[in-house]
Amino acid sequence: MDDNNGFFAPYLALVAVLVPFSLVAIGGGPAIFAPLQHESVDVRHWLSAREFIELFAIARVAPGPGSMLSTLIGWKVAGWSGALVATLAMFVPSSILCVGVARVWSRYRGRAWHHALEEGLAPIGTGLMFAGALAIFRLADAGPLAWGTAAAVAAMLTWRPRTHPFILLGMGAALFALLSLLPA
Amino acid sequence: MTSIPAPTSPAHTPTPPIPLSAILKTFFWIGFFSFGGGLSGWIHREVVQRHRWMTDDEVLAGIALAQVLPGANVTNLAVFVGNRLRGIPGAAVALSAMIGGPMVLCILVLLAYGTISQIPVLHGAVDGVAAAAVGLNLRIGIVGATRVVRRIGPTIAMLATFIAVGILHWPLVPVVLVIAPLSIASVWPRRSAHG
Repeated sequence: MDDNNGFFAPYLALVAVLVPFSLVAIGGGPAIFAPLQHESVDVRHWLSAREFIELFAIARVAPGPGSMLSTLIGWKVAGWSGALVATLAMFVPSSILCVGVARVWSRYRGRAWHHALEEGLAPIGTGLMFAGALAIFRLADAGPLAWGTAAAVAAMLTWRPRTHPFILLGMGAALFALLSLLPA
Repeated sequence: MTSIPAPTSPAHTPTPPIPLSAILKTFFWIGFFSFGGGLSGWIHREVVQRHRWMTDDEVLAGIALAQVLPGANVTNLAVFVGNRLRGIPGAAVALSAMIGGPMVLCILVLLAYGTISQIPVLHGAVDGVAAAAVGLNLRIGIVGATRVVRRIGPTIAMLATFIAVGILHWPLVPVVLVIAPLSIASVWPRRSAHG
């Protein structure tokens, strides 16, 4: 891999790899993890297979969408500036597409047919919210504790809609942390 | 001929533009706490319930669009909301606010990973945040569902989407491409009275 002869080479390589992934990652990071692994480990030799798994675990533990994995790969390739380039390469193309769609979408606000589109899509968004809850728990291999916490948070928000999410997220963190201290 | 008044949409009263700083602040904190999966529920809460910047249907339709388009669901929704509130600057601010914090934090986690992976309490805390976040999403699902069940077409669309994507694991895009036209057709404005 002798394409490192130039200051910009690593950045261009990151852009070349990540921009196409950005535009096909339907559903976010999980859609591209497999091809991203192939490209960054087998093709570009940016990191070893083991390092890739490690970065995947870190992206899951750290805040942000799962596609932040690309940020970490960028950091491995070229430090902080590589991380910045990789983040932009991953998020900007898909966002430009999204803005384009959003602009066409909002141009027709207020028309009766646009209202019908919204009303027709809202139940699909709702169904996807439930499906997403299921998917997250399947991914995290969650048990009754996770389901109970989620149900309690939903119930709390129904009862007291003004409860701040910080409080609920913090209580979830504290509960799980405490339980992880208990002897297995 | 399509002069049916939109039944639930509020009047578009002229209001002062929403400050970009408010968009920045809102999405920064949501991004900061979006562990292991989307916080679309929190975005809905801030945008619809707290600030009343947008309606339920607007955001729920945005959630559907955000998931069908490529890119992370939460950042797409942030871009969608940002654009709706303040055009392209709004979208740019929402996106940078959403990913700026996590970008720095995930690298700090990487740097500290050797130490962090030795502390099981932190793993527990992260799982707890993720579980609570699912609760936020469930709550918004419930809000959406209570609006939907008043009509048969949208109810079927909601259930079909959940079963196809959540239980059967069918690919998202074809599922939405099939269900969306049917769902939209079921609520399409009639020429005379509203269904």
